[in-house]
Amino acid sequence: MTGPLLSVRGLNAFYGETQVLQGLDFEVADGGVTALLGANGAGKTSTLRALSGMIRATGDIFFSGLSICGRATEEVARLGIAHVPEGRGTFSRMTVDENLQLGAMTRGDRAGIAADMERLYGFFPKLGQRRRQQAGTLSGGEQQMLAIARALMLRPRLMLLDEPSFGLAPMIIAEVFDILRKLNAEDGMSMLLVEQNATAALELADQAYLLETGNLVMGGAARDIGRDENVRRAYLGY
Amino acid sequence: MELFLHQVLAGLATGGIYACMALAIVMIYQAIDSLNFAQGEMAMFSTFIAWQLMQWGLPYWVAFFATIVISFAAGVAIDRIVFRPLRNASLFSHIVVFIALFAILNSLAGFIWDFSIKSFPSPFGTQSLFGSGLMSTHDAGMIFVTLIVLVLLFVFFRYTRVGLAMRATASNPESARLVGIRVGWMVALGWGMAAAIGAVAGMLIAPVVFLEPNMMLSILLYGFAAAVVGGLNSPLGAVVGGFAVGVIENLAGTFIPYVGRELKLTIALTLIVAVLTLKPSGLFGRAIVNRV
Repeated sequence: MTGPLLSVRGLNAFYGETQVLQGLDFEVADGGVTALLGANGAGKTSTLRALSGMIRATGDIFFSGLSICGRATEEVARLGIAHVPEGRGTFSRMTVDENLQLGAMTRGDRAGIAADMERLYGFFPKLGQRRRQQAGTLSGGEQQMLAIARALMLRPRLMLLDEPSFGLAPMIIAEVFDILRKLNAEDGMSMLLVEQNATAALELADQAYLLETGNLVMGGAARDIGRDENVRRAYLGY
Repeated sequence: MELFLHQVLAGLATGGIYACMALAIVMIYQAIDSLNFAQGEMAMFSTFIAWQLMQWGLPYWVAFFATIVISFAAGVAIDRIVFRPLRNASLFSHIVVFIALFAILNSLAGFIWDFSIKSFPSPFGTQSLFGSGLMSTHDAGMIFVTLIVLVLLFVFFRYTRVGLAMRATASNPESARLVGIRVGWMVALGWGMAAAIGAVAGMLIAPVVFLEPNMMLSILLYGFAAAVVGGLNSPLGAVVGGFAVGVIENLAGTFIPYVGRELKLTIALTLIVAVLTLKPSGLFGRAIVNRV
Protein backbone atom coordinates (compact mmCIF):
# COMPACT_ATOMS: atom_id res chain seq x y z
CA MET A 1 0.00 0.00 0.00
CA THR A 2 1.29 3.45 -0.93
CA GLY A 3 0.82 6.65 1.08
CA PRO A 4 -2.65 8.01 1.81
CA LEU A 5 -4.59 9.78 -0.96
CA LEU A 6 -5.56 12.60 1.38
CA SER A 7 -3.44 13.55 4.33
CA VAL A 8 -4.43 16.34 6.69
CA ARG A 9 -2.15 17.74 9.39
CA GLY A 10 -2.99 20.47 11.88
CA LEU A 11 -6.07 21.74 10.05
CA ASN A 12 -7.57 24.91 11.51
CA ALA A 13 -10.59 26.60 9.98
CA PHE A 14 -12.33 29.90 10.58
CA TYR A 15 -15.66 31.62 10.01
CA GLY A 16 -14.55 35.22 10.08
CA GLU A 17 -12.59 35.52 13.32
CA THR A 18 -14.16 32.48 14.95
CA GLN A 19 -12.03 29.35 14.86
CA VAL A 20 -14.19 26.27 14.29
CA LEU A 21 -11.56 23.53 13.76
CA GLN A 22 -8.58 23.06 16.06
CA GLY A 23 -5.64 21.27 14.49
CA LEU A 24 -7.24 18.19 12.96
CA ASP A 25 -5.08 15.27 11.76
CA PHE A 26 -6.65 12.59 9.61
CA GLU A 27 -6.20 10.58 6.43
CA VAL A 28 -8.09 8.93 3.62
CA ALA A 29 -6.37 5.88 2.14
CA ASP A 30 -6.26 5.40 -1.63
CA GLY A 31 -9.34 3.32 -2.29
CA GLY A 32 -10.48 3.71 1.31
CA VAL A 33 -13.48 5.23 3.04
CA THR A 34 -12.92 7.47 6.04
CA ALA A 35 -15.87 8.52 8.19
CA LEU A 36 -16.00 11.66 10.30
CA LEU A 37 -18.60 11.24 13.01
CA GLY A 38 -19.95 13.74 15.46
CA ALA A 39 -22.98 15.55 16.76
CA ASN A 40 -24.57 18.65 15.27
CA GLY A 41 -22.14 21.56 15.31
CA ALA A 42 -19.07 19.41 15.92
CA GLY A 43 -17.40 20.76 12.77
CA LYS A 44 -18.01 17.94 10.30
CA THR A 45 -19.34 20.13 7.52
CA SER A 46 -16.72 22.78 8.27
CA THR A 47 -14.01 20.17 7.76
CA LEU A 48 -15.26 19.39 4.26
CA ARG A 49 -15.70 23.07 3.49
CA ALA A 50 -12.14 23.73 4.62
CA LEU A 51 -10.82 20.99 2.33
CA SER A 52 -12.73 22.49 -0.61
CA GLY A 53 -11.47 25.99 0.07
CA MET A 54 -14.93 27.30 0.88
CA ILE A 55 -13.86 28.71 4.25
CA ARG A 56 -10.53 30.08 5.42
CA ALA A 57 -8.21 27.33 6.61
CA THR A 58 -4.62 26.90 7.74
CA GLY A 59 -2.54 23.74 8.12
CA ASP A 60 -1.30 21.10 5.71
CA ILE A 61 -3.66 19.39 3.28
CA PHE A 62 -1.97 17.02 0.87
CA PHE A 63 -3.94 15.40 -1.94
CA SER A 64 -1.84 12.71 -3.64
CA GLY A 65 1.27 14.59 -2.55
CA LEU A 66 0.02 18.02 -3.70
CA SER A 67 -0.55 20.80 -1.18
CA ILE A 68 -4.09 22.11 -1.65
CA CYS A 69 -4.65 24.26 1.43
CA GLY A 70 -5.77 27.75 0.43
CA ARG A 71 -6.65 26.86 -3.16
CA ALA A 72 -9.86 28.20 -4.68
CA THR A 73 -12.87 25.87 -4.59
CA GLU A 74 -13.00 25.46 -8.38
CA GLU A 75 -9.29 24.58 -8.52
CA VAL A 76 -9.74 21.91 -5.84
CA ALA A 77 -12.58 20.42 -7.89
CA ARG A 78 -10.37 20.47 -10.99
CA LEU A 79 -7.79 18.33 -9.16
CA GLY A 80 -10.39 15.54 -8.92
CA ILE A 81 -12.04 16.13 -5.57
CA ALA A 82 -15.82 15.98 -5.91
CA HIS A 83 -17.68 17.53 -3.00
CA VAL A 84 -21.33 16.56 -2.50
CA PRO A 85 -22.33 19.38 -0.19
CA GLU A 86 -24.75 19.63 2.69
CA GLY A 87 -28.25 20.00 1.26
CA ARG A 88 -26.99 18.30 -1.94
CA GLY A 89 -26.35 21.48 -3.91
CA THR A 90 -28.15 20.38 -7.05
CA PHE A 91 -29.01 23.06 -9.59
CA SER A 92 -32.70 22.97 -8.77
CA ARG A 93 -33.93 25.02 -11.75
CA MET A 94 -32.08 22.86 -14.27
CA THR A 95 -32.92 19.46 -15.63
CA VAL A 96 -31.36 16.22 -14.46
CA ASP A 97 -29.51 16.04 -17.79
CA GLU A 98 -28.09 19.52 -17.37
CA ASN A 99 -27.01 18.79 -13.80
CA LEU A 100 -24.98 15.83 -15.01
CA GLN A 101 -23.46 17.84 -17.84
CA LEU A 102 -22.45 20.47 -15.32
CA GLY A 103 -20.73 17.78 -13.29
CA ALA A 104 -18.47 17.13 -16.27
CA MET A 105 -17.72 20.82 -16.85
CA THR A 106 -14.00 20.34 -16.25
CA ARG A 107 -13.74 17.61 -18.88
CA GLY A 108 -13.32 18.07 -22.62
CA ASP A 109 -14.08 14.58 -23.95
CA ARG A 110 -17.59 14.82 -25.37
CA ALA A 111 -17.86 11.13 -26.19
CA GLY A 112 -16.62 10.12 -22.75
CA ILE A 113 -19.11 12.47 -21.09
CA ALA A 114 -22.02 11.04 -23.07
CA ALA A 115 -20.90 7.48 -22.26
CA ASP A 116 -20.58 8.30 -18.55
CA MET A 117 -24.07 9.79 -18.52
CA GLU A 118 -25.55 6.63 -20.00
CA ARG A 119 -23.59 4.52 -17.52
CA LEU A 120 -24.87 6.58 -14.58
CA TYR A 121 -28.46 6.46 -15.85
CA GLY A 122 -28.05 2.68 -15.84
CA PHE A 123 -26.71 2.89 -12.32
CA PHE A 124 -29.53 5.21 -11.16
CA PRO A 125 -32.57 4.10 -13.20
CA LYS A 126 -34.87 6.55 -11.40
CA LEU A 127 -32.78 9.45 -12.70
CA GLY A 128 -32.85 7.94 -16.16
CA GLN A 129 -36.63 8.22 -16.18
CA ARG A 130 -36.48 11.89 -15.21
CA ARG A 131 -33.81 13.30 -17.51
CA ARG A 132 -35.79 16.34 -18.60
CA GLN A 133 -37.34 17.04 -15.21
CA GLN A 134 -36.25 20.02 -13.12
CA ALA A 135 -33.93 18.81 -10.36
CA GLY A 136 -35.85 20.81 -7.76
CA THR A 137 -38.96 18.69 -8.37
CA LEU A 138 -37.24 15.38 -7.56
CA SER A 139 -37.81 13.64 -4.23
CA GLY A 140 -35.15 13.93 -1.54
CA GLY A 141 -33.71 10.51 -2.28
CA GLU A 142 -33.60 11.18 -6.02
CA GLN A 143 -31.89 14.52 -5.39
CA GLN A 144 -29.25 12.77 -3.30
CA MET A 145 -28.71 10.24 -6.09
CA LEU A 146 -28.44 13.12 -8.55
CA ALA A 147 -25.89 14.87 -6.34
CA ILE A 148 -23.79 11.70 -6.20
CA ALA A 149 -24.17 11.09 -9.93
CA ARG A 150 -23.16 14.68 -10.67
CA ALA A 151 -20.08 14.29 -8.49
CA LEU A 152 -19.15 11.11 -10.36
CA MET A 153 -19.33 12.95 -13.70
CA LEU A 154 -16.16 14.76 -12.61
CA ARG A 155 -14.41 11.35 -12.67
CA PRO A 156 -13.10 12.18 -9.23
CA ARG A 157 -10.30 10.45 -7.34
CA LEU A 158 -11.84 11.42 -4.02
CA MET A 159 -15.43 12.12 -3.02
CA LEU A 160 -16.33 14.33 -0.08
CA LEU A 161 -19.82 13.36 1.06
CA ASP A 162 -21.67 15.61 3.48
CA GLU A 163 -24.44 13.69 5.26
CA PRO A 164 -25.81 11.69 2.35
CA SER A 165 -28.46 10.30 4.73
CA PHE A 166 -29.81 13.74 5.62
CA GLY A 167 -33.60 13.97 5.54
CA LEU A 168 -34.09 10.57 3.92
CA ALA A 169 -36.31 7.66 4.96
CA PRO A 170 -34.46 4.60 6.37
CA MET A 171 -35.10 2.54 3.24
CA ILE A 172 -33.73 5.27 1.00
CA ILE A 173 -30.70 5.67 3.27
CA ALA A 174 -29.96 1.97 2.85
CA GLU A 175 -30.26 2.38 -0.92
CA VAL A 176 -27.87 5.34 -0.98
CA PHE A 177 -25.31 3.53 1.16
CA ASP A 178 -25.56 0.43 -1.02
CA ILE A 179 -24.62 2.59 -3.98
CA LEU A 180 -21.69 4.12 -2.12
CA ARG A 181 -20.49 0.67 -1.05
CA LYS A 182 -20.68 -0.55 -4.64
CA LEU A 183 -18.73 2.50 -5.88
CA ASN A 184 -16.03 1.85 -3.32
CA ALA A 185 -15.82 -1.89 -3.84
CA GLU A 186 -16.11 -2.03 -7.63
CA ASP A 187 -14.52 1.21 -8.77
CA GLY A 188 -12.16 1.67 -5.82
CA MET A 189 -13.58 5.15 -5.23
CA SER A 190 -12.00 6.85 -2.20
CA MET A 191 -14.40 8.73 0.06
CA LEU A 192 -14.41 11.04 3.01
CA LEU A 193 -17.82 10.65 4.57
CA VAL A 194 -19.36 12.97 7.12
CA GLU A 195 -22.35 11.50 8.94
CA GLN A 196 -24.62 11.75 11.94
CA ASN A 197 -25.96 8.31 11.09
CA ALA A 198 -23.02 6.53 12.71
CA THR A 199 -24.33 3.00 12.16
CA ALA A 200 -24.53 3.35 8.40
CA ALA A 201 -21.24 5.24 8.19
CA LEU A 202 -19.27 2.73 10.26
CA GLU A 203 -20.52 -0.16 8.14
CA LEU A 204 -19.14 1.52 5.03
CA ALA A 205 -15.91 3.03 6.36
CA ASP A 206 -12.56 1.44 7.07
CA GLN A 207 -11.26 4.42 9.06
CA ALA A 208 -13.28 6.57 11.41
CA TYR A 209 -12.71 9.68 13.48
CA LEU A 210 -14.82 11.23 16.17
CA LEU A 211 -15.21 14.99 16.12
CA GLU A 212 -16.30 17.06 19.12
CA THR A 213 -16.51 20.89 19.03
CA GLY A 214 -13.79 21.22 16.44
CA ASN A 215 -11.41 18.63 17.92
CA LEU A 216 -10.75 15.04 16.94
CA VAL A 217 -11.19 13.07 20.15
CA MET A 218 -10.73 9.57 18.76
CA GLY A 219 -9.60 7.87 15.57
CA GLY A 220 -8.83 4.42 14.29
CA ALA A 221 -10.19 1.47 12.35
CA ALA A 222 -13.93 1.79 11.87
CA ARG A 223 -14.41 -1.66 13.36
CA ASP A 224 -12.74 -0.67 16.64
CA ILE A 225 -14.54 2.65 16.85
CA GLY A 226 -17.86 0.84 16.43
CA ARG A 227 -16.98 -1.45 19.35
CA ASP A 228 -15.98 1.36 21.70
CA GLU A 229 -18.27 1.54 24.70
CA ASN A 230 -18.48 5.35 24.83
CA VAL A 231 -19.04 5.75 21.11
CA ARG A 232 -21.76 3.17 21.18
CA ARG A 233 -23.58 4.87 24.00
CA ALA A 234 -23.23 8.38 22.61
CA TYR A 235 -23.67 7.85 18.86
CA LEU A 236 -25.06 4.42 18.15
CA GLY A 237 -27.66 4.29 20.88
CA TYR A 238 -27.23 0.76 22.17
CA MET B 1 -59.65 51.63 -34.83
CA GLU B 2 -57.02 53.04 -37.13
CA LEU B 3 -55.83 55.28 -34.33
CA PHE B 4 -55.59 52.25 -32.06
CA LEU B 5 -53.58 50.27 -34.61
CA HIS B 6 -51.35 53.23 -35.25
CA GLN B 7 -50.64 53.66 -31.55
CA VAL B 8 -49.93 49.95 -31.09
CA LEU B 9 -47.42 49.99 -33.94
CA ALA B 10 -45.80 53.17 -32.66
CA GLY B 11 -45.69 51.53 -29.24
CA LEU B 12 -43.97 48.47 -30.68
CA ALA B 13 -41.42 50.76 -32.29
CA THR B 14 -40.48 52.47 -29.02
CA GLY B 15 -40.90 49.12 -27.30
CA GLY B 16 -38.03 47.85 -29.41
CA ILE B 17 -35.79 50.39 -27.70
CA TYR B 18 -36.88 49.30 -24.26
CA ALA B 19 -36.57 45.63 -25.18
CA CYS B 20 -32.98 46.15 -26.28
CA MET B 21 -32.10 47.89 -23.05
CA ALA B 22 -33.99 45.37 -20.95
CA LEU B 23 -32.01 42.53 -22.56
CA ALA B 24 -28.76 44.13 -21.44
CA ILE B 25 -30.18 44.64 -17.93
CA VAL B 26 -31.27 41.01 -17.67
CA MET B 27 -27.85 39.86 -18.88
CA ILE B 28 -26.03 41.67 -16.09
CA TYR B 29 -28.65 40.65 -13.54
CA GLN B 30 -28.01 37.01 -14.42
CA ALA B 31 -24.29 37.47 -13.99
CA ILE B 32 -24.10 39.54 -10.81
CA ASP B 33 -27.55 39.17 -9.26
CA SER B 34 -28.14 42.90 -8.98
CA LEU B 35 -29.23 45.75 -11.23
CA ASN B 36 -26.51 47.78 -12.85
CA PHE B 37 -27.51 51.45 -12.68
CA ALA B 38 -24.62 52.37 -14.96
CA GLN B 39 -25.94 50.12 -17.75
CA GLY B 40 -27.46 53.04 -19.66
CA GLU B 41 -24.34 55.14 -19.42
CA MET B 42 -22.21 52.22 -20.58
CA ALA B 43 -24.47 51.91 -23.63
CA MET B 44 -24.27 55.67 -24.23
CA PHE B 45 -20.48 55.60 -24.02
CA SER B 46 -20.32 52.69 -26.47
CA THR B 47 -22.51 54.64 -28.87
CA PHE B 48 -20.10 57.58 -28.69
CA ILE B 49 -17.27 55.21 -29.53
CA ALA B 50 -19.17 54.06 -32.61
CA TRP B 51 -19.85 57.68 -33.54
CA GLN B 52 -16.14 58.51 -33.13
CA LEU B 53 -15.11 55.55 -35.30
CA MET B 54 -17.48 56.75 -38.01
CA GLN B 55 -16.13 60.28 -37.69
CA TRP B 56 -12.72 58.78 -38.40
CA GLY B 57 -14.13 57.43 -41.62
CA LEU B 58 -15.00 53.82 -40.87
CA PRO B 59 -18.08 52.49 -42.66
CA TYR B 60 -21.19 51.90 -40.51
CA TRP B 61 -21.05 48.13 -40.13
CA VAL B 62 -17.31 48.08 -39.44
CA ALA B 63 -17.84 50.66 -36.70
CA PHE B 64 -20.87 48.71 -35.46
CA PHE B 65 -19.02 45.43 -34.95
CA ALA B 66 -15.81 47.10 -33.75
CA THR B 67 -17.87 48.88 -31.08
CA ILE B 68 -19.40 45.58 -29.97
CA VAL B 69 -15.95 44.04 -29.57
CA ILE B 70 -14.57 47.10 -27.76
CA SER B 71 -17.59 47.21 -25.44
CA PHE B 72 -17.28 43.53 -24.65
CA ALA B 73 -13.63 43.98 -23.69
CA ALA B 74 -14.48 47.08 -21.65
CA GLY B 75 -17.24 45.21 -19.82
CA VAL B 76 -14.84 42.41 -18.88
CA ALA B 77 -12.27 45.01 -17.82
CA ILE B 78 -14.78 46.84 -15.60
CA ASP B 79 -15.55 43.59 -13.82
CA ARG B 80 -11.93 42.55 -13.40
CA ILE B 81 -10.62 45.96 -12.35
CA VAL B 82 -13.52 47.49 -10.43
CA PHE B 83 -15.77 44.71 -9.18
CA ARG B 84 -13.45 41.77 -8.61
CA PRO B 85 -11.72 43.46 -5.65
CA LEU B 86 -15.23 44.09 -4.25
CA ARG B 87 -16.58 40.57 -4.65
CA ASN B 88 -17.00 40.06 -0.91
CA ALA B 89 -18.31 43.55 -0.28
CA SER B 90 -21.94 44.24 0.55
CA LEU B 91 -24.66 45.09 -1.95
CA PHE B 92 -24.51 48.71 -0.82
CA SER B 93 -20.86 48.99 -1.79
CA HIS B 94 -21.79 47.68 -5.22
CA ILE B 95 -24.58 50.23 -5.56
CA VAL B 96 -22.19 53.03 -4.66
CA VAL B 97 -19.82 51.83 -7.38
CA PHE B 98 -22.68 51.62 -9.91
CA ILE B 99 -23.54 55.24 -9.17
CA ALA B 100 -19.89 56.23 -9.40
CA LEU B 101 -19.59 54.48 -12.77
CA PHE B 102 -22.74 56.26 -13.88
CA ALA B 103 -21.33 59.68 -12.95
CA ILE B 104 -17.87 58.97 -14.33
CA LEU B 105 -19.07 57.70 -17.72
CA ASN B 106 -21.60 60.50 -18.04
CA SER B 107 -19.15 63.31 -17.36
CA LEU B 108 -16.31 61.63 -19.24
CA ALA B 109 -18.50 61.46 -22.35
CA GLY B 110 -19.39 65.13 -21.87
CA PHE B 111 -15.71 65.98 -21.41
CA ILE B 112 -14.54 64.13 -24.52
CA TRP B 113 -17.44 64.73 -26.89
CA ASP B 114 -19.21 67.71 -25.18
CA PHE B 115 -22.92 67.89 -24.41
CA SER B 116 -24.16 69.08 -27.80
CA ILE B 117 -26.73 66.86 -29.49
CA LYS B 118 -25.38 64.81 -32.37
CA SER B 119 -27.23 62.88 -35.00
CA PHE B 120 -26.44 59.21 -35.38
CA PRO B 121 -26.99 57.38 -38.67
CA SER B 122 -29.36 54.46 -39.09
CA PRO B 123 -28.28 51.56 -41.29
CA PHE B 124 -31.93 50.90 -42.16
CA GLY B 125 -32.84 54.39 -43.35
CA THR B 126 -35.60 56.47 -41.81
CA GLN B 127 -38.23 56.44 -44.53
CA SER B 128 -41.65 55.17 -43.59
CA LEU B 129 -42.14 51.42 -43.88
CA PHE B 130 -44.30 50.44 -46.91
CA GLY B 131 -45.23 54.11 -47.13
CA SER B 132 -47.84 53.61 -44.42
CA GLY B 133 -46.46 56.15 -41.98
CA LEU B 134 -47.09 53.82 -39.07
CA MET B 135 -43.54 52.66 -38.58
CA SER B 136 -40.21 53.70 -40.03
CA THR B 137 -37.73 51.32 -41.62
CA HIS B 138 -35.41 52.07 -38.72
CA ASP B 139 -38.08 51.01 -36.20
CA ALA B 140 -38.58 47.76 -38.08
CA GLY B 141 -34.82 47.20 -38.32
CA MET B 142 -34.44 47.82 -34.60
CA ILE B 143 -37.13 45.27 -33.74
CA PHE B 144 -35.51 42.80 -36.12
CA VAL B 145 -32.05 43.21 -34.57
CA THR B 146 -33.50 42.88 -31.06
CA LEU B 147 -35.10 39.60 -32.05
CA ILE B 148 -31.83 38.35 -33.58
CA VAL B 149 -29.98 39.17 -30.35
CA LEU B 150 -32.67 37.31 -28.43
CA VAL B 151 -32.34 34.21 -30.62
CA LEU B 152 -28.54 34.30 -30.34
CA LEU B 153 -28.82 34.52 -26.55
CA PHE B 154 -31.30 31.66 -26.47
CA VAL B 155 -29.01 29.43 -28.54
CA PHE B 156 -26.00 30.42 -26.45
CA PHE B 157 -27.65 29.66 -23.10
CA ARG B 158 -29.48 26.55 -24.23
CA TYR B 159 -26.98 24.75 -26.42
CA THR B 160 -23.43 25.71 -25.44
CA ARG B 161 -21.41 24.50 -22.48
CA VAL B 162 -20.30 28.01 -21.59
CA GLY B 163 -23.93 29.10 -21.60
CA LEU B 164 -24.82 26.21 -19.32
CA ALA B 165 -21.95 27.12 -17.01
CA MET B 166 -23.15 30.74 -16.91
CA ARG B 167 -26.68 29.67 -16.02
CA ALA B 168 -25.31 27.39 -13.31
CA THR B 169 -23.23 30.24 -11.92
CA ALA B 170 -26.25 32.51 -11.81
CA SER B 171 -28.51 30.00 -10.11
CA ASN B 172 -26.07 28.57 -7.58
CA PRO B 173 -22.53 30.00 -7.48
CA GLU B 174 -21.38 27.73 -4.68
CA SER B 175 -22.37 24.53 -6.47
CA ALA B 176 -20.92 25.93 -9.68
CA ARG B 177 -17.54 26.22 -7.95
CA LEU B 178 -17.87 22.67 -6.65
CA VAL B 179 -18.13 21.29 -10.17
CA GLY B 180 -15.04 23.28 -11.13
CA ILE B 181 -16.60 26.22 -12.97
CA ARG B 182 -14.39 29.32 -12.75
CA VAL B 183 -17.16 31.51 -11.42
CA GLY B 184 -15.12 34.72 -11.54
CA TRP B 185 -14.68 34.40 -15.29
CA MET B 186 -18.34 33.59 -15.84
CA VAL B 187 -19.24 36.85 -14.10
CA ALA B 188 -16.70 38.73 -16.22
CA LEU B 189 -18.18 37.14 -19.33
CA GLY B 190 -21.63 38.27 -18.20
CA TRP B 191 -20.35 41.83 -17.88
CA GLY B 192 -18.79 41.64 -21.32
CA MET B 193 -21.99 40.34 -22.89
CA ALA B 194 -24.13 42.92 -21.10
CA ALA B 195 -21.83 45.70 -22.30
CA ALA B 196 -21.93 44.35 -25.87
CA ILE B 197 -25.73 44.08 -25.89
CA GLY B 198 -25.93 47.54 -24.34
CA ALA B 199 -23.76 48.82 -27.20
CA VAL B 200 -26.15 47.32 -29.75
CA ALA B 201 -29.06 48.93 -27.90
CA GLY B 202 -27.32 52.30 -27.78
CA MET B 203 -26.45 52.29 -31.47
CA LEU B 204 -30.04 51.38 -32.40
CA ILE B 205 -31.59 53.91 -30.05
CA ALA B 206 -29.30 56.83 -30.95
CA PRO B 207 -30.87 57.54 -34.38
CA VAL B 208 -34.24 57.99 -32.63
CA VAL B 209 -33.35 59.98 -29.51
CA PHE B 210 -30.12 61.54 -30.87
CA LEU B 211 -26.69 61.15 -29.34
CA GLU B 212 -25.77 63.06 -26.20
CA PRO B 213 -24.46 62.06 -22.76
CA ASN B 214 -27.93 62.07 -21.15
CA MET B 215 -29.70 60.13 -23.90
CA MET B 216 -30.19 57.03 -21.75
CA LEU B 217 -31.63 58.55 -18.58
CA SER B 218 -35.31 57.87 -19.14
CA ILE B 219 -34.71 54.91 -21.42
CA LEU B 220 -32.90 53.06 -18.65
CA LEU B 221 -35.95 53.55 -16.44
CA TYR B 222 -38.18 52.08 -19.14
CA GLY B 223 -35.66 49.29 -19.58
CA PHE B 224 -35.89 48.48 -15.87
CA ALA B 225 -39.67 48.52 -16.12
CA ALA B 226 -39.54 46.16 -19.10
CA ALA B 227 -37.11 43.81 -17.34
CA VAL B 228 -39.23 43.74 -14.19
CA VAL B 229 -42.44 43.18 -16.14
CA GLY B 230 -40.93 40.29 -18.08
CA GLY B 231 -38.98 38.80 -15.20
CA LEU B 232 -35.40 39.66 -14.37
CA ASN B 233 -34.10 36.19 -15.13
CA SER B 234 -35.73 35.76 -18.53
CA PRO B 235 -34.27 37.26 -21.73
CA LEU B 236 -37.49 36.43 -23.58
CA GLY B 237 -39.47 38.13 -20.82
CA ALA B 238 -37.28 41.22 -21.13
CA VAL B 239 -38.08 41.53 -24.83
CA VAL B 240 -41.79 40.89 -24.41
CA GLY B 241 -41.78 43.26 -21.43
CA GLY B 242 -40.07 45.91 -23.54
CA PHE B 243 -42.71 45.75 -26.25
CA ALA B 244 -45.47 45.63 -23.63
CA VAL B 245 -44.20 48.73 -21.87
CA GLY B 246 -43.87 50.55 -25.18
CA VAL B 247 -47.42 49.69 -26.26
CA ILE B 248 -49.06 50.27 -22.87
CA GLU B 249 -47.36 53.62 -22.50
CA ASN B 250 -48.53 54.71 -25.93
CA LEU B 251 -52.10 53.49 -25.55
CA ALA B 252 -52.46 55.03 -22.10
CA GLY B 253 -51.11 58.31 -23.39
CA THR B 254 -53.64 58.31 -26.21
CA PHE B 255 -56.79 56.85 -24.73
CA ILE B 256 -56.75 57.63 -21.03
CA PRO B 257 -57.66 61.26 -20.50
CA TYR B 258 -55.30 63.25 -18.27
CA VAL B 259 -52.37 60.90 -18.95
CA GLY B 260 -51.20 62.56 -22.13
CA ARG B 261 -47.50 62.90 -22.75
CA GLU B 262 -46.72 64.27 -19.31
CA LEU B 263 -47.62 61.22 -17.27
CA LYS B 264 -46.12 58.62 -19.63
CA LEU B 265 -43.13 57.98 -17.41
CA THR B 266 -45.44 57.46 -14.47
CA ILE B 267 -46.98 54.55 -16.38
CA ALA B 268 -43.63 52.76 -16.46
CA LEU B 269 -43.19 53.19 -12.72
CA THR B 270 -46.77 52.12 -12.04
CA LEU B 271 -46.10 48.99 -14.08
CA ILE B 272 -43.03 48.18 -11.96
CA VAL B 273 -45.00 48.54 -8.74
CA ALA B 274 -47.98 46.59 -10.08
CA VAL B 275 -45.90 43.66 -11.32
CA LEU B 276 -43.81 43.52 -8.16
CA THR B 277 -47.00 43.41 -6.12
CA LEU B 278 -48.97 40.92 -8.17
CA LYS B 279 -46.30 38.65 -9.66
CA PRO B 280 -42.87 39.43 -8.20
CA SER B 281 -41.00 37.02 -10.47
CA GLY B 282 -42.35 38.82 -13.56
CA LEU B 283 -44.57 37.48 -16.33
CA PHE B 284 -41.90 35.12 -17.69
CA GLY B 285 -39.63 34.82 -14.68
CA ARG B 286 -39.48 31.45 -13.05
CA ALA B 287 -40.23 31.22 -9.38
CA ILE B 288 -37.95 28.70 -7.77
CA VAL B 289 -39.63 25.42 -6.87
CA ASN B 290 -37.86 23.32 -4.29
CA ARG B 291 -38.61 20.03 -2.68
CA VAL B 292 -36.70 18.95 0.35
